[in-house]
Amino acid sequence: MIDLDHVSKRYDGRAVVDDLSLTVPDGAFCVLLGPSGCGKSTTLRMINRLVPFDSGIIHIGGEDVRGVSPETLRRRIGYAIQSIGLFPHWSVEDNIATVPRLLNWARNRIRDRVTELLELLRLDPENYRHKYPHQLSGGEQQRVGVARALAADPELLLMDEPFGAVDPITRDALQSEIARIHAATKKTIVFVTHDIEEALRLATVIAILEKGGLAQWGTPLEIVDQPASGFVRDFVGGESGGLKLLGLRRIAERMRPGETATGEPLSAEASLRDALAAMTERHTDRVPVADASGRLIGIITLADLVR
Amino acid sequence: MGAMVRFPAIRLYNHVVPVLVGAAAAAAATCGFVAVAPNRLVSGRPVALWLAADPRLSTAIALLGALLLATVFAAPRRALHFAAVAIAGMLLLLILAAAGQAASSLAALAPPLARISLGAAFWVLIGAAGLAVIDGLQRARAGILAQLATAAIIATGFAAMAEAGLFDALSLAREYHTRQAGFAGALTRHIVLVAAAIIPAMLIGFPLGVAAVRRPHRQGPLFAVLNLLQTVPSIALFGLLIAPLSGLATAVPSLAQLGIGGIGMAPAIIALVLYALLPVVRSTVAGISGVDRAIVDAARGMGMTRYQRFWHVELPLAAPVLLAGLRIVTVQAIGLAVVAALIGAGGLGSFVFEGLGQYAADLVLLGALPAIGLALAADFLLQSATVLLHRRTAT
Repeated sequence: MIDLDHVSKRYDGRAVVDDLSLTVPDGAFCVLLGPSGCGKSTTLRMINRLVPFDSGIIHIGGEDVRGVSPETLRRRIGYAIQSIGLFPHWSVEDNIATVPRLLNWARNRIRDRVTELLELLRLDPENYRHKYPHQLSGGEQQRVGVARALAADPELLLMDEPFGAVDPITRDALQSEIARIHAATKKTIVFVTHDIEEALRLATVIAILEKGGLAQWGTPLEIVDQPASGFVRDFVGGESGGLKLLGLRRIAERMRPGETATGEPLSAEASLRDALAAMTERHTDRVPVADASGRLIGIITLADLVR
Repeated sequence: MGAMVRFPAIRLYNHVVPVLVGAAAAAAATCGFVAVAPNRLVSGRPVALWLAADPRLSTAIALLGALLLATVFAAPRRALHFAAVAIAGMLLLLILAAAGQAASSLAALAPPLARISLGAAFWVLIGAAGLAVIDGLQRARAGILAQLATAAIIATGFAAMAEAGLFDALSLAREYHTRQAGFAGALTRHIVLVAAAIIPAMLIGFPLGVAAVRRPHRQGPLFAVLNLLQTVPSIALFGLLIAPLSGLATAVPSLAQLGIGGIGMAPAIIALVLYALLPVVRSTVAGISGVDRAIVDAARGMGMTRYQRFWHVELPLAAPVLLAGLRIVTVQAIGLAVVAALIGAGGLGSFVFEGLGQYAADLVLLGALPAIGLALAADFLLQSATVLLHRRTAT
């Protein structure tokens, strides 16, 4: 659990983070979201003390982050930034082994850990281990960056716009990857982005920051469905706020059990947005719904989407 | 493309070699290849290549020159570039041989005091051949090993001809023979001077540069002082050090026993160190502040200490720039150390100044040519090291 308690940071008298308090529960995927200059990156960097804060207190798992040296603290916390943060003069293996080496792990243990992480990130260990960053694509570099952050098996992972420098298709793949890793490892992740779609897709909880303060804190659905202010509504919704809302709700919530319709069934776990897309494509106002085993369990209609 | 098939026009694929061959041909036609003087102190009468050298040698030079020129009309291929290197290398050795042969045949007819020195056409020819070798190596994208091998083959050829006494009749060789006892000493002294200047300059300049990167507000005053030092003319700086150092040696006799005084090695080394500081500090600052901030940030975020960040990240990534700086400093120091002979520091400069005093151009060359050779060798070695380092850290 990460606990920020009335934390402030000023640069030249101007508050970048202003009396911010928030609590990230264990195992959460917390996205700090906001426009540039809102203090989200500074907030993230205060957690591992890359930025010293002026007032307030930060606890990780009940322990004051200022209770240990910054280096000791940082070696316990995974840290990933845009792909350019890889060390260009070190091989993939050396990059991933950075923190384990700082912690003086045994050679064999490091080797095994690198293999394990490359496999976790779906990079063939024997093929990639000895490559240098400049020999990798942007997406591969970013995978190595994530593997490096996970190397010493930290409880907490800080990610500062890690997928900001890759193309949309690669970004989509990397987002699936990090979501999978989060689900599999149950690590607490604090993730900074200005990309709303990315936040809605990945987060279990979102903190929207505005001028160094907390504008809203909630699940993706709460943020889109009940924006706390005009700022949040404008930032999250834009013109397609309704579509985002449909994207966050499952068909199972609105379906009509027992009824039947013709056509290829949709999964009950798919989003209402998927249902709308299917109806538009098929020129129909109702599609059948199936459960995970493929058994037909009901239908969903156009009217159900706007209910 | 179609036009080229119908009219297979002559096409130049290389514009450097025709210029070089043209310049060499013009020089050979209009200037003396060697000069014959009745004694060491008067300037000589120029003798053209075809009159001075054995006709077989001058014909071979002309034919190889034509062959080299012919390569520029062929479509470029790696093998062709290496062939051009081989032709130019052979030309280089043939021109040297022609100079030696011309000198010995002319000396046989001249009185014993006569001097046969190298003429303008020789220098243009040898320069053009050397540049053609370099041009070919660059076009072939030759690796360091191929470059080293080329240099070694040419050097071996030169050494073999010198060993066989082919150049003995040249005045430059005569100057060398009269100074042979002192030559190796002067060369060694020169290298010692340069090393004794560069090592302290690195030991002082590198920490200064690192400190300047850490506290950018100090860079202004630091560079102001170093720039000022760099603008003092070298002769003046050597001269300015005489008074304080001789004063120091008088005041502290133990220093005088160590050989420190107003003239000699000590002021020369001090001046060379002062001159080397600016490039060392500048390249240190440029190298370290040129390291991507994101990489340093990642290193901090992983929990590297300041010391670990410096040694494992900043220094290796700055190394190519640091080496480039060392290269500049070394070449500069080799040149400046020639001037240091004025205040009794010895080295190759002592031949240069003695030659200037006696109006003996060959003696000047005896000092200047090895200094140029040293500078070229140092430049080549450090450049190779830079390339090797860069290959590993290429991004």
